[in-house]
Amino acid sequence: MRAAFVRGLSAAARQDPRVMLLTSDLGFKIFDEFAGEFPGRFLNVGVAESNMIGVAAGLALDGMRPFAYSIAPFATLRCLEQIRNDVCYHQAAVTIVGVGGGYSYGPNGPTHHSLEDIAVMRALPNMTVLCPGDPVEVEQAVGAAAAHGLPVYLRIGRAGDPVVHRGSVRFEIGRALTVRDGRDCTLVSTGNILPLAVETSDRLRANSIACRVLSMHTVKPLDEAALRACAEETRALFTIEEHSRIGGLGSAIAEWSAMNRVPGPLCLFGAEDRFASTTGSQAYLRGLNGLTVERVSESIAAKLAGAVSC
Amino acid sequence: MAHAGRTPHVGSALSCVDLLVALYFSVLRVDPSKPNDPDRDRLLLSKGHGCMAQYGALAERGFFPESALDEYARDGGRLAEHPGPHCVPGIEAATGSLGHGLPMGAGMALAAKLRGASYRVFVVLSDGECYEGSVWEAALFAPVQHLDGLTAIVDYNGWSAMSRTHLAMDPFAEKWRAFGWSVREVDGHDVSAVASVLAAVPFEPGRPSAIIARTLKGKGVSFMENDLEWHYRPPNDDDLRRALLEISG
Repeated sequence: MRAAFVRGLSAAARQDPRVMLLTSDLGFKIFDEFAGEFPGRFLNVGVAESNMIGVAAGLALDGMRPFAYSIAPFATLRCLEQIRNDVCYHQAAVTIVGVGGGYSYGPNGPTHHSLEDIAVMRALPNMTVLCPGDPVEVEQAVGAAAAHGLPVYLRIGRAGDPVVHRGSVRFEIGRALTVRDGRDCTLVSTGNILPLAVETSDRLRANSIACRVLSMHTVKPLDEAALRACAEETRALFTIEEHSRIGGLGSAIAEWSAMNRVPGPLCLFGAEDRFASTTGSQAYLRGLNGLTVERVSESIAAKLAGAVSC
Repeated sequence: MAHAGRTPHVGSALSCVDLLVALYFSVLRVDPSKPNDPDRDRLLLSKGHGCMAQYGALAERGFFPESALDEYARDGGRLAEHPGPHCVPGIEAATGSLGHGLPMGAGMALAAKLRGASYRVFVVLSDGECYEGSVWEAALFAPVQHLDGLTAIVDYNGWSAMSRTHLAMDPFAEKWRAFGWSVREVDGHDVSAVASVLAAVPFEPGRPSAIIARTLKGKGVSFMENDLEWHYRPPNDDDLRRALLEISG
């Protein structure tokens, strides 16, 4: 997703001379081409996230469209008040880019995991939260964020995230993408766990369960129309995210569901409310949280059969 | 304002009011009839709690009618105890949480450079604010980017909200110099001295400028000077009468 981000950013920068990139000293070598093509529009501000966000806000207030890049927990939590006051309060056209959503930086340990960022970012007024599901979505999300003109949090994976969409997609902020169709249930996914959601759907299909998959790449604002259709047309909603079950996509949909008297069950798949106590790869850490194709598809099948409640 | 709104921070406002008078009446290239002119100089009061002084100076300079000051700390009013973004003409940025103004000001100065604009950016900080790490992140950043359109003015009254600041801050000018700023010190209550020092920025081409303004918290009202009580206490009827008597002489 990192490479797709840089491709998308270069395309946006070619179109709009206001687009520029700030990094707080992360992204070794990956921005070399961008820096070469757009002199003066790439800036390593040093290991100083708070300053990076304040500077980005000042740049945006005076006509630029900065992207501020770091590893997700550093880009969001270290400088949260700057994001809230300098960016969101001023409605400044800053895109905060968090690389390494969820367990993407698995072996780096919990300091580098990002399992609360969606919750925290979506609580901020004026903030749009984008978690594209694959590199194709990432590339387009960058352009959408650059054109948005308001605060955006763009959460991406790291490297090696599989491509889900064949060809291009029509990426619009606030409009979910249907990746698989089906009438038995809906699996709503956000962010870099989309490939797992698709594989789960494929496995369920082998068991004659037709599972619709939505890529809810925009967690805020939610695509309520798409959710409403899924709730009416399929028997159950499941959400999946590489993020805490507290405050993320599942929470957002549960809030919407409760407030709108949406019929049918809703079940959440996501990370447990705890720090990883052992080290491991992204796949390993997903597994500790039940986020595997096998476990999720078994769980969905059992819940649809009425054997287990949510 | 503090009396009518029953708000604190009178001492903080009196500490920086002479700096703001010098800025708004002698230094800043601003036109109150064109508050959004892209080429206007920007002033950020990073010590947002001193904003009574800024609201007053802006009204006096003609950015908005003096009657708007009645909205201060009133239900439904535009003037909060810490200014909101463009809450009234002349307010460039929301401040209130300390340590935000200098990074934002650095961003604005960088935008001017990138876009070939001629405006300058002035940020007024408090010395207590300089406990915030983000001030020093920006202090490291601005010289590297050669932001000579950026000037930091520290209202150095020697007080934070509970203590004296000298032990932490001194030697203060040396700290800024060591970070790569070009530094001058001035009596922060000598309006003409402040104006003439500010007229000389940038002190060195390619470097941001820092001015350490020696000030007195509560300046101008004898019973408020150097007394932390007035960081907190709204003036009552009698306080107001005595203060006005002293100020108007």
